[in-house]
Amino acid sequence: MATAAASQSTMIDTARRLAARDSAGLRRGAIAVTVAFLSLFLILPLGVLFYEAFAGGLKLYCQSVFNRSTGHALELTLLAAAIAVPANLLFGIAAAWAVAKFEFKGKSLLTALIDLPFAVSPVIAGLIFVLVFGRTGWFGDWLDDQDVEIIFAVPGIVLATIFVTFPYIARELIPLMQEQGTEEEQAALALGANGWQTFWRVTLPNIKWSLLYGVLLCNARAMGEFGAVSVVSGHIQDKTNTLPLHIELLYASNTAAAFAVATLLALLAVVTLAAKTALEWKMRQQARRSAVPITIP
Amino acid sequence: MGIEVRRVTKTFGVYKALDDVNLTIESGELVSLLGPSGSGKTTLLRIIAGLEVPDDRRHSQILFDGVDVARQAIGQRRVGFVFQHYALFRHLTVFENVAFGLRVRPSATRPRPALINDKVRELLRLIQLEGFSNRYPAQLSGGQRQRVALARALAIEPQVLLLDEPFGALDAKVRQGLRAWLRRLHEELRMTSVLVTHDQEEALEVSDRVVIMNHSKVEQVGTPEDIFHQPKSEFVMDFLGQVNVFHARVEHGRAVLDNVRFDVPELAGSAMDQATLYARPHELEIERARNGAPAIAARVLRINPAGAVAKVALRRAAGGELQVDLPFERFQELALRTGEEVFVALRRVRVFAPEYVI
Repeated sequence: MATAAASQSTMIDTARRLAARDSAGLRRGAIAVTVAFLSLFLILPLGVLFYEAFAGGLKLYCQSVFNRSTGHALELTLLAAAIAVPANLLFGIAAAWAVAKFEFKGKSLLTALIDLPFAVSPVIAGLIFVLVFGRTGWFGDWLDDQDVEIIFAVPGIVLATIFVTFPYIARELIPLMQEQGTEEEQAALALGANGWQTFWRVTLPNIKWSLLYGVLLCNARAMGEFGAVSVVSGHIQDKTNTLPLHIELLYASNTAAAFAVATLLALLAVVTLAAKTALEWKMRQQARRSAVPITIP
Repeated sequence: MGIEVRRVTKTFGVYKALDDVNLTIESGELVSLLGPSGSGKTTLLRIIAGLEVPDDRRHSQILFDGVDVARQAIGQRRVGFVFQHYALFRHLTVFENVAFGLRVRPSATRPRPALINDKVRELLRLIQLEGFSNRYPAQLSGGQRQRVALARALAIEPQVLLLDEPFGALDAKVRQGLRAWLRRLHEELRMTSVLVTHDQEEALEVSDRVVIMNHSKVEQVGTPEDIFHQPKSEFVMDFLGQVNVFHARVEHGRAVLDNVRFDVPELAGSAMDQATLYARPHELEIERARNGAPAIAARVLRINPAGAVAKVALRRAAGGELQVDLPFERFQELALRTGEEVFVALRRVRVFAPEYVI
């Protein structure tokens, strides 16, 4: 009997040791798979990108990066982002405010509409704008009369960029604002604050880190957008080419130059990543400040 | 400042939260709105504050010292509102929370920074949190947060203080302490205050007067003593504490219960042949033997002697349970044991106007 019990306890010990070894093995395996996957699909291509960019020497790299066409493409990309991001900032705050703090008919429909750009292929988004504003589109004749160019021009690129990026900020804010509720705003109003003061002093400070995070994601997407912009741009060099479009154009003729310009976008991504990490750290720090109760002696 | 609520109705969709409510609150009074959830008490408070707008009906008014404020925005009414879940500004320190109402004033009426500083320090002293001005709300206990919320409300020198279940989210011990503190504060400031609560003990303890609400209407208004001892309806009687219910026949103006006749003044000369009698546990008396006074037979079921009174549960010989609270000395004198047969005398019973059922 005693031996049976002893052997049983040894069995349990063994099982436990095996389980521990299994879980350690599992952990190592999971990490290995992840690292291999990341290396193969992320780090290796990025390495190749930089290698190819500098394969022709520093001189060729500088020639590709610092020339008029690239400069113009960079300018246009920055311009599109500089318009799309503030526009979506306003739209995102308004939409999140409406959805999170008020009850109204058609709210779920509105929420679904905000997600539309996530669901629709960017190419379709571009085509929609062509159908609406293009020469043969609905407003084509009227726009022609007013001498306004939208498609195959800068306004079209900005519109397409706004369309593709508009859910980012709203989506980031809605869950947070819903969780925070409206009581603090009611308290501010009761204390005599007007609507504007309530927004600046109560609502905005409560959402600022999430808002910045949303702006960052929105900006990254705005600068990298290819599909929708490609349809409405017309690929006119020095006129309607954004950085991603410019890279594609170069790739057909001069691979090394394409890689060189692509490093610009890659650097942009690295900056975004760094800023995102810093923001996440800041958000965690704030959460910690409001989560840990200090014991009072 | 006196408050008058006149003919106020409020509907949310098809649900009527307030049904033609009238109420007068005297200047300097602390009044509790007491009722079960869904009785309309919070809606009434929020309408007084201006957080809700009453239905647009003729003659419906909210008067602050005779001035109708029903269509005024909350910011114009100068009310101090304290929320159940504090609603402190989480990104501001205790100091800045209290200073908020002063800082958002238009520049013409905004006090100078030094004055704001003095005022906030004084309020922090009042709520006994002087050393906490740089803490954030999340670094305070529930009771401390509610005190900060109160100081923040007082900072704007409100005409009225409105408190929406202010102690509802706190544990029993803290609640007791804050309740007594609030009463002392009220005695000091004498500010017209309205407190919403569903805790009858809280209402009876802190208020000058209690407003009992049920089904979107006011059931009874009175001093705590009044409503406890002279409840006007079955609902009030039942809501304010335990109650024993007896269904009796009525013969010649007297109630007959288990073949024992009771004199009930309210029944004298009445034409009813059935009546429901109500008695609180402390209004019943236990006797070992019949002593001439009318009493009904019962058997002791359970005894709970832990407390200021001994709580005795009995089963009536005719069926049904009874609750009797005995003063501890009386309980010791009787030396009751479970299973014993005893007699229960009804020292005081009440009869409410019957609701006829056809």
